[in-house]
Amino acid sequence: MSDTVLQVEELHAGYGHVEVLRGVSLRVDRGELVTVIGANGAGKSTLLKSIVGMVSPWEGRVVFGDRDISNISPEKAVRSGVALVPEGRLLFGAMSVEENLELGAYASRRGEGAAAMSRVCELFPVLSERRTQSAATLSGGEQQMLAVGRALMSNPRLLLLDEPSLGLAPRVISEIFAALDVLRASGMTILLVEQDARLALKHADRGYVMRTGRVALEGSSTALLANDDVRLIYLGGWNGPNDARADTELGG
Amino acid sequence: MISSTGLFQGRHGKTVDTPELLQFALAGLKNGSIYALVALGFTIVYASTGVLNFAQGEFVMLGGMLSVWAYSTLGLPLPLAGLLGVLLTGLVGVIFELLAIRPRKDGDPLALIIITVGGSMLLSSLARHLFGPTEKALPRFSEGSVNIFGASLERQSLWIFGIAAVAVVLLTFMYSYTRLGKAMRACAIDRNAARLVGIEPRMMVTLSFGLAAILGGLAGLATTPLTQTAFNVGPSFGVKGFAAAILGGLGNPFAAVLGGLTLGLLESMSVAFISSTYKDAISLIILLLVLFVRPQGLFGGSSRQKV
Ligand SMILES: Nc1ncnc2c1ncn2[C@@H]1O[C@H](COP(=O)(O)OP(=O)(O)OP(=O)(O)O)[C@@H](O)[C@H]1O
Ligand SMILES: [Mg+2]
Repeated sequence: MSDTVLQVEELHAGYGHVEVLRGVSLRVDRGELVTVIGANGAGKSTLLKSIVGMVSPWEGRVVFGDRDISNISPEKAVRSGVALVPEGRLLFGAMSVEENLELGAYASRRGEGAAAMSRVCELFPVLSERRTQSAATLSGGEQQMLAVGRALMSNPRLLLLDEPSLGLAPRVISEIFAALDVLRASGMTILLVEQDARLALKHADRGYVMRTGRVALEGSSTALLANDDVRLIYLGGWNGPNDARADTELGG
Repeated sequence: MISSTGLFQGRHGKTVDTPELLQFALAGLKNGSIYALVALGFTIVYASTGVLNFAQGEFVMLGGMLSVWAYSTLGLPLPLAGLLGVLLTGLVGVIFELLAIRPRKDGDPLALIIITVGGSMLLSSLARHLFGPTEKALPRFSEGSVNIFGASLERQSLWIFGIAAVAVVLLTFMYSYTRLGKAMRACAIDRNAARLVGIEPRMMVTLSFGLAAILGGLAGLATTPLTQTAFNVGPSFGVKGFAAAILGGLGNPFAAVLGGLTLGLLESMSVAFISSTYKDAISLIILLLVLFVRPQGLFGGSSRQKV
């Protein structure tokens, strides 16, 4: 179980002249659910976007399996087996649920779509009920399920998720995370970005804590949940960005 | 407008009886079908790029010129010559995109629009160079005319209706049911999301130019037997198609078709009731009116998302 699926080495990236990732390294092994947590603007989304090539890395490497994908394009990334559930879901709102799922299989070989479709509908039965409805008319939770389902339609070997809990009610969040548990149990390798650290660490094997473009801490979920700094800053007890303790006690 | 004698009274004293009115309406719908095809080309390219392609009228010119060339110079039978003319026009659309649009990587709409204007001039001077400055004609697909409630309609007009209808049905089918069509729609809705599922936006843009050129080419092929064609007919078709697309609202294909038919009807009614002097001004007037009063058009949302 120790072969590495994703290896990110000293990754630097940003927008225009602003450097957002300042040397991020992390690893995801086969069958693991690894989470990246961190405050607003830490660079978590930028990290996922650089992995799939939505943002071009400035320096460093992204290795997927034994292949260097540092300069890959998003459309090639999904073909090679990395699927991203983006922040904000980016569904095709005017199109039906079914069409969204079909498009999820756009990159895979013909004939593989049907099997993937039935797996997705098994994971999220509500999607088959809503098959003909347009994606825009779904509830927030259903939209998130559709976003995850669309990514799964490409039969990825690595699933990247960007804040799937964003803006959802607690009951819906637990449904989504239950589905992630099911996926993980079925052997899927998952890299999950979350702001809700407690939730993410509860479901993940390991975690990385990002702070202003760097990995500040890493460890097993249990270790991170027990870590004083993590407890202080990410699990409550922190009084906002001006809290002096945040800077002094978690040096990065 | 209907007077007691069953005549329609035009503004300037022109009177028009019912068969004559029908005659004008049919002529309007015939022109409108052509405008609809051109407007569809505008809509398709706009959906994939956010850019108005002012070379669209040149595709109409090329459809006619290349068909004439295949018919007269190559000596192909008319159906084959038409097919070749339209397909070659599609190819020109693809090459145009690859050479003129794609290299502009930032996709800046203003720059691209200027490029299409330049491309339009280039295509027409190229056509003049290759095919000469004279007017070209094609034989009608069918000779003669049919009588519809007292109005006479040339069979070639029936061909125009038929070609436009088949093109619209095929296009609708493609967008609704085929993998490629769905990918093109997805790309128009959200380019980044499309990339995430593996769709190559640049490929979709190229294909949309090819498709728009084929539609323009069909319009050129269908209308040349009635109106003849020449290297310099492109811009006027471009203006009509543009006005039709704006009138419908750039949002979706149906709007483009309705915009085209409406424009054709308005034009020919203005000929019937006012004067043929203003026929060509109508599309400009409509263009300005719509842009000032109802920029989202009559039949569509203004968003690109709907295509
Ligand atoms: N498209 C962009 N152009 C310019 N700057 C950006 C862009 N996207 C993000 N940034 C900036 O990069 C920094 C990191 O953003 P990023 O979205 O990666 O953070 P994040 O950790 O995902 O935050 P959040 O939890 O709010 O999603 C922020 O300062 C943000 O303002
Ligand atoms: Mg983010």
